[in-house]
Amino acid sequence: MASTTPIDVPPPAPPVKSPSGTSTGRAGDKIFSGLSKGSGILLLVVMAAIAGFLTYRAVLAISKDEGNFFTTFEWTPSANPPVFGIAVLLVGTIVSSIIAMVIAVPIAVGIALFISHYAPRKLAAPLAYLVDLLAAVPSIIYGIWGALFLVPYLDGLNLWLDHYFAWTYLFDQTQPGVARNMLTVGILLAIMILPIVTSVSREVFLQVPRMNEEAALALGATRWEVIRLSVLPFGRSGVISASMLGLGRALGETIAVATVLSPNFLVSLHLLDPGGGTFAQNIVAKFGEANEFGRDALIASGLVLFILTLLVNGAARLIIARRKEYSGANA
Amino acid sequence: MKLLRKNGLRATALGALAVSGALVLTACGSDDNSGSASSSPSAKTTAAASNAACGDAKGQLLASGSSAQKNAMDLWVKGFMAACPDVQLNYQSSSSGEGIVAFNQGTVGFAGSDSPLKPEEVTDSKKICAGGQGINLPMVGGPIAIGYHLEGVDSLVLDAPTLAKIFNSKIKNWDDAAIKALNPGVKLPNKPIQAFHRSEDSGTTQNLGKYLGATAKADWKYEAEKTWPAPGGQAASGSAGVAAQVKQVDGSIGYFELSYATAQSISTVKIDTGASAPVEATSENASKAIAAAKIAGTGNDLALSLDYTTKADGAYPIVLVTYEIACDKGNKAATLPAVKAFLNYTASDEGQKVLSGAGYAPIPTEINTKVRAAIASLS
Repeated sequence: MASTTPIDVPPPAPPVKSPSGTSTGRAGDKIFSGLSKGSGILLLVVMAAIAGFLTYRAVLAISKDEGNFFTTFEWTPSANPPVFGIAVLLVGTIVSSIIAMVIAVPIAVGIALFISHYAPRKLAAPLAYLVDLLAAVPSIIYGIWGALFLVPYLDGLNLWLDHYFAWTYLFDQTQPGVARNMLTVGILLAIMILPIVTSVSREVFLQVPRMNEEAALALGATRWEVIRLSVLPFGRSGVISASMLGLGRALGETIAVATVLSPNFLVSLHLLDPGGGTFAQNIVAKFGEANEFGRDALIASGLVLFILTLLVNGAARLIIARRKEYSGANA
Repeated sequence: MKLLRKNGLRATALGALAVSGALVLTACGSDDNSGSASSSPSAKTTAAASNAACGDAKGQLLASGSSAQKNAMDLWVKGFMAACPDVQLNYQSSSSGEGIVAFNQGTVGFAGSDSPLKPEEVTDSKKICAGGQGINLPMVGGPIAIGYHLEGVDSLVLDAPTLAKIFNSKIKNWDDAAIKALNPGVKLPNKPIQAFHRSEDSGTTQNLGKYLGATAKADWKYEAEKTWPAPGGQAASGSAGVAAQVKQVDGSIGYFELSYATAQSISTVKIDTGASAPVEATSENASKAIAAAKIAGTGNDLALSLDYTTKADGAYPIVLVTYEIACDKGNKAATLPAVKAFLNYTASDEGQKVLSGAGYAPIPTEINTKVRAAIASLS
């Protein structure tokens, strides 16, 4: 045993004079912490300003609304007296988003699992890149593609659904019409939210601790059992938050919906009938012709969408907060 | 994510333009099917070119509005810019409602509309026209064609009550007895009718509503407004959007300005007005109906009232007159010369002649004379 010499010990650093007791007093630290704090505050201020603006204009409109804002099936704010209500828009927004989620989430999880656990490494990267490319397509292009290509091709599917599944009520086509309906909108939205759900889920699945997977393998589990026992439970909250991100997109999608849908102001749960509307689609369709008051009315509907989106995000946060063991990409 | 909302609003405004633009783009590949367009005398140093007297017009002139005018505007803009290269004229074809809104916000030099200004819109226009107000200048007329797409049926006759019932979903099938009665000998298929209307405020909708309200009172009890009033049917955005749907969908029927039907070779319905024979939608037949128009406006405001109930032989009753809307006084100094020069050109013999091949009907001479006088007095 060699005796340790005191010379090895480095001299203690001189104590730092810090006035606040938190900062080291270096200018860079001060600037950086100020910047990040400022950004946080700025974000809150911007959000509050948006909410305030929406609320102010909405109150102006709703106070003069002769119909019931929540139950009227009509949108004639420029008429005398003005009558408008968001019932159709609320139902349409929720229905189209639910259809999109039902279609997109299982497919996205499948793609994400394939890329993270099944695909040969050589194939995985290009495939992941390809799916991400879907996000780079502008929504107007989706809209035009939907209107010119998807709609004519979905007529057959509509007939088939109507023929075999009319008893479900949802798929009972009561009005003849090309497929410019809620189902088509849902399918289109599903394609549009696929990349975001896929890429976030993929990242989560790649973060599963190797230990868990190897332990399962060591116990003789097949690849599917590994995924069922370790990957999916670990990634569940990540997938939920990815879905919520996608849902946020679907709720607010504007141009693609407006291009594909044949809007009207009737609430119908016959998904194959043309008609219905969503908040964003209604705003884009009516904004150009709206007078000052009409714009206030549209902003009032925008406020409802704003609140709806906040609720969705809040719900996602709660779900994730309940599952603390998950860390990482819960953006 | 939440911040996206903020961009959402801005994108909405842009989006509105984009959608109408996109639909227009997709619907008319090239509507240069009018023989007269290519032969329109461009900047030749002839007497004709002096019709497009440029004066001191220059710079950019923005205009927007009626999509029923779009095909006419395309020809006019081409002819005018060939003669006056110093002016960049941009007509944004959206809808009459949007044109009037844009005009009353002062963002365009003039607006195109298929309906004259309403009293409250005139009031709004006084804010923009310093010391004046917006006036309606009837510039061109045309038939509203009832286009249909029905495999195996290349000639179809309808009358006003039947048309009203089709558009308010009372008649749902092509082999309905009422349609059969009007088309003896035509084999009508058992197909559902898909009636298309405009999804946004449209002067074309209002003119069709006026016609149906005047001629089919029992079946069409709606106010003639720019918003589509009847239940059922499907909606599409812009004349181009409706025409594109009719072109695409078998069993469909829709209404749009005739030039959209000619541009895309869509069959049009002949109207049984009670005349000796059903009347086809053509520019000449529309001119006969427009010739009976009376001026309803006062002073320089030349809003017209049309007679929709005509039973004259060969007069096609579903017509619209499309207006340019400008300030009589208090136009912006920057755009006034360009507005005057351009409107002078559109009201000139040459400007009116250019359109005959494109499915439009020129305004009767006596009214046109008054329009020219009104344009000359713009300030």
